[in-house]
Amino acid sequence: MSSADGSSADGVANGAGVIHDIGYQRYTGPRLGRRHLVGALYLHGLRTAFGLGRTAKAKIFPGIAIVLAFGVAVVAVAIRSQTHEVAVTYLQYTDALSIPMLLFLAVVAPELVCRDLRSRVLSLYFSRPLRRFDYAVARLAAVVSAVWLLLAGPLLLMFLGGAFAQTGGASGAWHEFTDFLGGLGYAAMTAVVLGAVAVPLASLSSRRAVGAVIIVGAFLVTTPVIGVLSGVGGPTARQLAPLLNPVGVLNGLEVWIYRTSVLEIGRFGPLYLAVAVFLVAAGVAGLGLRYRRVAV
Amino acid sequence: MLPIQTRSLTKRYPQVTALDALTVDVEAGIVGLVGANGAGKSTLIKILLGLLEPNEGSVLVLGMDPARQGEAVRARVGYMPEHGCLPPDMVAAEFVTHMARMSGLPRTAARERASEALRHVGLYEERYRQIGGYSTGMRQRVALAQALVHDPELLLLDEPTNGLDPAGRDGMLELIHRIGSEFGISVLVCSHLLGEVERICESLVAIDAGRLLRADRIDSMTRRRDVLVVEVDEGVPQLHDRLVELGLDVRRAGVGLLVPLASDDTFDLVMKAVAALDLPLHRLEQRRHGIAELFADRPKEAGHVLG
Repeated sequence: MSSADGSSADGVANGAGVIHDIGYQRYTGPRLGRRHLVGALYLHGLRTAFGLGRTAKAKIFPGIAIVLAFGVAVVAVAIRSQTHEVAVTYLQYTDALSIPMLLFLAVVAPELVCRDLRSRVLSLYFSRPLRRFDYAVARLAAVVSAVWLLLAGPLLLMFLGGAFAQTGGASGAWHEFTDFLGGLGYAAMTAVVLGAVAVPLASLSSRRAVGAVIIVGAFLVTTPVIGVLSGVGGPTARQLAPLLNPVGVLNGLEVWIYRTSVLEIGRFGPLYLAVAVFLVAAGVAGLGLRYRRVAV
Repeated sequence: MLPIQTRSLTKRYPQVTALDALTVDVEAGIVGLVGANGAGKSTLIKILLGLLEPNEGSVLVLGMDPARQGEAVRARVGYMPEHGCLPPDMVAAEFVTHMARMSGLPRTAARERASEALRHVGLYEERYRQIGGYSTGMRQRVALAQALVHDPELLLLDEPTNGLDPAGRDGMLELIHRIGSEFGISVLVCSHLLGEVERICESLVAIDAGRLLRADRIDSMTRRRDVLVVEVDEGVPQLHDRLVELGLDVRRAGVGLLVPLASDDTFDLVMKAVAALDLPLHRLEQRRHGIAELFADRPKEAGHVLG
């Protein structure tokens, strides 16, 4: 035992008075507080989302998602550098990836949430100084960040490509940069809204497959309703129908904030914002409630 | 300072009263908490951790009230649940490191102490393997390592030998004994198997239906209570009556008689009685009174602290 000296001193110090080669050492260093716990749990969750520190099997799906996300961006950059026309805007990129993002969420949110419920490791978390609500927030933040990073990486690639391809000089570059920031912002809105809907849904089940099905179902089940309302409803119904779906809410928000035309929302822009804020607040509150109730 | 003190602690669920005016002082060292399944052991542990609030009464853990200072208590207590609680697809070393960080240890210290904790529980060689590939005994050791990793002052172990084979059981008990006696950490071991905790504990708290049966040091429970087992091939009733006449507190137990060993004279008294009745003596044996029999002797002395 390399620590024989230290352990004997320790043995005497804590009154045992016996020297054993087992050499148990007391911990006298710092015990960090709440912010550190949440931060460590958040980082751990973020790593887990991308399969880092886990088996090769757990890396497959995040790997596919990353390749796909960057693939679309590479194609967009290539087209732009050849034709000098913007084939995919920063906003369109996030919209185009909404289905892959949904699948990514359906895998990652249950990965972070259902696994802990199933293995009952929450007993170990909650018998530590970590608060239940802090656990829920750290998990949600990890999922939101994972989605945002998955969008922001390719957006950065598109910006770098676009900055070289654009022909407007310094002002063109500045314009490109503000577009890029707007794209990052929209990606963040997307990540927050989708995450705040998906994570509480995943926490309803301790089985990953069930969690995934609930998430995909929640996003897809309203799609035909929106289709029908847009088809047969009047102009007002058409402008309000997308509110039934989180992706629709985000599209409406994009139209209102960035003045694009993916949807027709009329004067209901503020309503889209209100619904988005409500979805996030309800998601956080629901998650907090869920973990207050969970038995350990 | 006593690690745990409770005063008329009561916890009621809609259907059942899990703890009923439990008043007990738990001393430092290794203390066994015994009781049948459903006696209230796990409820008590959850109250000690501040995960449940009692309906009445008060409790102090390491001098703090877990209901109000839950986080401070949980920072200094290690808990090993009764059920499986480990994520199968994580590597043991990384899992225990993560749990150390969740107790507030900085990254480097967490990693070092996780290695140390896994070494103490005998998993140093296997620490980079996935928990899912471990045997039940190894998993229990990981659960113990995560309870130990942040250097708690008090360990709460809920049925730590659950699901282990006899060898694994012995290993786990030996480990707990070492933690309590050499590491300077107080340990509360919950078990429904008295024979197990009796082997490693210095004192014992027995509860039944949420009430205290008895709390005492093991040696004082057994010291005055050695018995003589007397077996004769025939004439048991005559011998019984004879010994009663001699003023001994004789009890029938199976085929034999149990005589409390008051002094060395008891041997002679019994021998002479057997000889006088001319009975074929089959066995005369001094036996340490099993603690299980002690509890069987004292039905429902609730709320009474001996010693």
